[in-house]
Amino acid sequence: MPYVSSNLVVAELESQSRTMNPMPITRRSFLAQSSHGIGAAALWHLLARDGFAAQPHFAPRAKNVIFLFMMGGPSQVDLFDPKPKMAAMHGQPMPTSILGSAKKSATGGVLETVMASPRKFARHGQCGMEFSELLPHTAALADEICMIRSMHCEQSNHDPAQLLLHCGTPLFGNPSMGAWVNYGLGSVSQNLPGYLVLLSDDSHGLEGAGAALWGSGFMPSTYRGVTFRGSGDPILHLSNPRGISTTTQRARLDALRDLNSMNQQRTGDAEIASRIAAYEMAFRMQSAAPDLIDLRGESEATREMYGLNHETTRAFGTNCLLARRMVERGVRFVHLVHSSWDHHGKLTQRLADNCAMTDQGAAALLKDLKQRGLLDDTLVVWAGEFGRTPMGEVRRGVSGDGRDHHPNAFTLWMAGGGVKRGHVHGATDDFGYGVVSAPVHVHDLQATILHLLGINHEQLTYRHAGRDYRLTDVHGHVVKDILA
Amino acid sequence: MRLSFPIITLFHVPMAALCAGDLSVVRYNRDVLPILADQCFQCHGFDKANRKAGLRLDQREGAMAELESGARAIVPGDVKASALVERLFTSDTDEVMPPKKSGKALTSAQMEVLKRWIEQGAKYEPHWAYVPPVKTEPPVVAAVTQPVDRFIHARLAKEGIAPAAEADRATLIRRVTLDLTGLPPTPLEVDAYVNDQRADAFERVVDRLLQSEHFGERWARWWLDLAHYADSDGYLQDFIRPVAWRWRQWVVDAFNRDMPFDQFTVEQLAGDLLPDATISQRMGTGFLRNTLSNREGGADLEEYRVNQVLDRAATLGTTWLALTTGCAQCHDHKFDAISQREFYQLYAFFNNADEVNIDAPLPGEREPREAAQADHDRKRAELIAPLAAQVAELQADWEKRLLHAEAHPGEDFTWDRSLELLGLQWGQGLGEGQLEGINIIKTPLAQRTQDQKDQLLDYFLKAAPVAYADKWKTLKLAELKSKLDALAKELPPVTRAPGMMSYSHQRTTHLFERGDFRRKGAEVNPGTPAALPPLKGGSDRFALARWLVSSEHPLTARVVVNRLWQEMFGRGIVATSENFGVRGNRPAHPELLDWLAVDFMRGGWSIKSTLRQIVLSQTYRQSSKARPELAERDPLNVLVARQQRMRLSAEAVRDASLAASGLLTRTIGGPSVKPPQPAAVSKDGYKNDWTTSAGADRYRRGLYTWLQRTSPFAQSVTFDLPDLSRSCTRRERSNTPLQSLNLLNDPAFLEAAQALASRVRRECHGDDAKRLHQAFQLTLSRPPREEEQKRLLDYLQQQRAIFASDPKSAVDLLQDQPAGTDAAWIALASVLLNLDEFITRE
Repeated sequence: MPYVSSNLVVAELESQSRTMNPMPITRRSFLAQSSHGIGAAALWHLLARDGFAAQPHFAPRAKNVIFLFMMGGPSQVDLFDPKPKMAAMHGQPMPTSILGSAKKSATGGVLETVMASPRKFARHGQCGMEFSELLPHTAALADEICMIRSMHCEQSNHDPAQLLLHCGTPLFGNPSMGAWVNYGLGSVSQNLPGYLVLLSDDSHGLEGAGAALWGSGFMPSTYRGVTFRGSGDPILHLSNPRGISTTTQRARLDALRDLNSMNQQRTGDAEIASRIAAYEMAFRMQSAAPDLIDLRGESEATREMYGLNHETTRAFGTNCLLARRMVERGVRFVHLVHSSWDHHGKLTQRLADNCAMTDQGAAALLKDLKQRGLLDDTLVVWAGEFGRTPMGEVRRGVSGDGRDHHPNAFTLWMAGGGVKRGHVHGATDDFGYGVVSAPVHVHDLQATILHLLGINHEQLTYRHAGRDYRLTDVHGHVVKDILA
Repeated sequence: MRLSFPIITLFHVPMAALCAGDLSVVRYNRDVLPILADQCFQCHGFDKANRKAGLRLDQREGAMAELESGARAIVPGDVKASALVERLFTSDTDEVMPPKKSGKALTSAQMEVLKRWIEQGAKYEPHWAYVPPVKTEPPVVAAVTQPVDRFIHARLAKEGIAPAAEADRATLIRRVTLDLTGLPPTPLEVDAYVNDQRADAFERVVDRLLQSEHFGERWARWWLDLAHYADSDGYLQDFIRPVAWRWRQWVVDAFNRDMPFDQFTVEQLAGDLLPDATISQRMGTGFLRNTLSNREGGADLEEYRVNQVLDRAATLGTTWLALTTGCAQCHDHKFDAISQREFYQLYAFFNNADEVNIDAPLPGEREPREAAQADHDRKRAELIAPLAAQVAELQADWEKRLLHAEAHPGEDFTWDRSLELLGLQWGQGLGEGQLEGINIIKTPLAQRTQDQKDQLLDYFLKAAPVAYADKWKTLKLAELKSKLDALAKELPPVTRAPGMMSYSHQRTTHLFERGDFRRKGAEVNPGTPAALPPLKGGSDRFALARWLVSSEHPLTARVVVNRLWQEMFGRGIVATSENFGVRGNRPAHPELLDWLAVDFMRGGWSIKSTLRQIVLSQTYRQSSKARPELAERDPLNVLVARQQRMRLSAEAVRDASLAASGLLTRTIGGPSVKPPQPAAVSKDGYKNDWTTSAGADRYRRGLYTWLQRTSPFAQSVTFDLPDLSRSCTRRERSNTPLQSLNLLNDPAFLEAAQALASRVRRECHGDDAKRLHQAFQLTLSRPPREEEQKRLLDYLQQQRAIFASDPKSAVDLLQDQPAGTDAAWIALASVLLNLDEFITRE
């Protein structure tokens, strides 16, 4: 082989992986090791501040996302998609014209009879969008909302459907949407992670795929969602252990910095500078995160608006308020998870309970973002992994007060950053069983969310195991009709 | 492509330089294939269904053929007649290749490469990884005898680069001890080596480490990543698998015994098919039991069984072949020569492998069980005898109806549901195979083992009441059931282990259209990809395993030695250790890779020998200090002109803290344990009862930490434990603020700091400086340097002042440490345990 300088040899070897380095080095360390004369520490700060050269593909309509994930599958026919014709059919078999050849519901229940919603629907706002009585607060903001009644997917179990919604595939192991967004756009917060997760439940525990929903899959853990916890430390190990005062902590960090710097001098490894920077950011997080959760500065009106003064609304309301405070502090992707909407039984009670817990907080979040001028830059998405059957669920021969999983048609809403206001997209049949116009698949939703952030979903790829992965796999079309 | 990020330009510059440089001989594999694979194969490659204009560029015949349009893409030696060149260089935006909308584009340098290649005759070469390795004589380099060094040094010499100097002894022993055992050396071990004047001092260290039982623990974790091991089912309910650890233990033992890798392969893929298979051989197949199981109601059992088989085929592809076979699940592979049909031929090997748990007595369990078995069987038979005929009749009816329901789904909801429950509930929470029950039912009565009969009867008595309520009452089966249950409790227990078996009833395998298990396509038989050597002697898993480790197989040995190299240098000779296909990187040192691979095979597939070969090289012993003069030429250290600093793995970070502080429990093996972690973590999952282990089990190595798939151990996740649902060949090594918080504030790490402070006080009677020396030996295996000592002694004084003015903090920090422990020393110990150097293998 003729002589080529080794620089070129390296290039030759690396050239196949140009689209995204699949090496076990971070881009940061690569840059740091490269000879462009910028110190690693400087780069860390530079990149962190500028969100890793946050250059979207085109002008973004939103900078941040607040994803309100309604785990378990809320019932669209009781909340968003009124079906007055069902009342007359209540208790009767579903028409075969609707059911086709289906014999069982998604989880194996017998599809017997139509269960009309007992909920009253009314039109709201100037747009006249319909909501059921269970969501009065959200309904009052109808003119801000873009509702999609024609969502669908093909996954009928919780985990696969949740994974599809979050990671673009029903399988485990892929990065979540928040990870993709942070990978693509970088974080702008100097003191907080770029992707935070807030959990709440109705005391049934989280019913789903767990940490995989905010994981980084095959990407470095840098991009994974950091769970911001309601009890104990908001971020794992955020507070100093017993006996370590702030003074000692600072002194520890100073000693660490000095010793680490000495080692960097010796080894010349720029990764050590990154380590030093990581410790400094950790220290800043120790004050920034408590500051974030310190709600004393919030006015009484704000507390009341989010429902912080009432037991029922407090947990979710607090998370909504925290979401606003996170966005204010530059957190790119905020992910609220509320569980559970999986109402196979006791639907009447549990649906009302969960709406009572979440309606006020979600609405307050929209109002608050708007009054602070943040809604234009922030996309809020309210969604479950699927909907529920228009038929009552029958289990072991017993007809209970419940509805089964239903991926064929469900409803979600969005608001803010770049979506139409007071707009309803798509429609279902007279039973809410199937989509009859303008279907939106979960991949289309993902393509649209990325689009609003200025990202072409087909071009945001990550090379893993010889393949360029996308959030939308090989699917997805931007839903142009809902763009403002 | 990632959004416009400077890295792209960084890679582009040298590439352009290369192409503008030496083009006197353009080589297909080296120069052309990377461009075609990246830019062209998506539409003009192996995948028939997505091929555009009937053109394929991945092989010569296709590229030269006359196309539908009458043109030829490539006419060797004739640039003007080659349509490809025209389409590359055209300024017509509708005509240009690759099309604008593909988002792909060639640089002018890349276009020039293709043009020159065609000019020179467009010679194709077979893909390097499909050609069996050949052992060539290592190049002669003056004064270098070690084969690894001869390859590396020869290449460096060609580049005019001298290898790095040898690392100092303290660094070396810490490096090699961490690399081979996953633990840092003890001060005594460091001392002995540093002062050992014998010529073979390092060799002695290496041989001692290869004999250490911790060797098996460290390398088991390496293998567990590939198998994607965990202690639970995954999916919503994520039931526990309390005996999953039996296979992990099997792996630890295998590495410690240096089981030849060919045998290691055969026992894990087909141990149950070996003649007169031993329990241990059958336990090897636990490798295949690391797939996820879905026990949620409504889960289509066949869908999830298919998913498991798909995972097994894909895991095989990654683990042994380093080929992304899973890509061919839905369509022909776009880049590599694996058709969809061939993927399902691999799938077919596993389609008739079923999950089964076997009795695998732990030491001390066998004898009591054997002594009690006959008596137990007799008593059980006596209990059943009065009702035997009636029960048998009922059970036969039950089995018949279940089989009918399986064949005719949707006919009778009650029986559909019974069948579903049989799959959902069988061995739930015990880590048993979900389909064992139905598989026993499908086994003719005469062929069922006693164990199978008993298990099925027990399940029947548990499940039957709903279906046979009347008979249940009249025959008083509840009474029988409770008596049998009580009797079972008297039988001395035998721990079971996960494995695989093949039943007599066989499934036919079909290709799935677009990967959808509902859309069955053509029937396929087990087989191996045509691009690889033919399969010999049968078509079962056993034949497959032997094929993988046959001497003419081009991949397995290369794949394995490459991953061993990767562990020792932070980067494989083939950097994409998961992908040896055309989109993967090419080997940086192809002759070395082949030499190691052939040596590995001929030397009896010994992992220990290959590792020994590597670590005894001068190349391995180099200093890891950065070489600024090479930063531009070789930023990724592809040429191995130095060693590489590497952050420790998640488990090793934990282990190092425990070892340095003296807390570590060095017991080898046993069930998984649950060290302390914040309560909030286990709540991320639906069900994860995290009852913290007591006593010595709190301080076991990270390898033994319970892995719950939906809410894995937080510290491991923070330090890049890979996703537990798919094969991982190389872990990320990230560097995040959450890691800092973890090491600074996690009570588990603070406990290590407390223990380290006490230990130093206990073991070293001297002043602060002496103790600091000892603390450095324990954590970094070296004495402090002068500036370090000065800084830390200052720090110690500063801390003493802080605690003097804040005695409550001192009391809090000391907790229940022995009297006389100095709080300031705990603060000092925690600094050492947080040092970048401490969590790095230099």
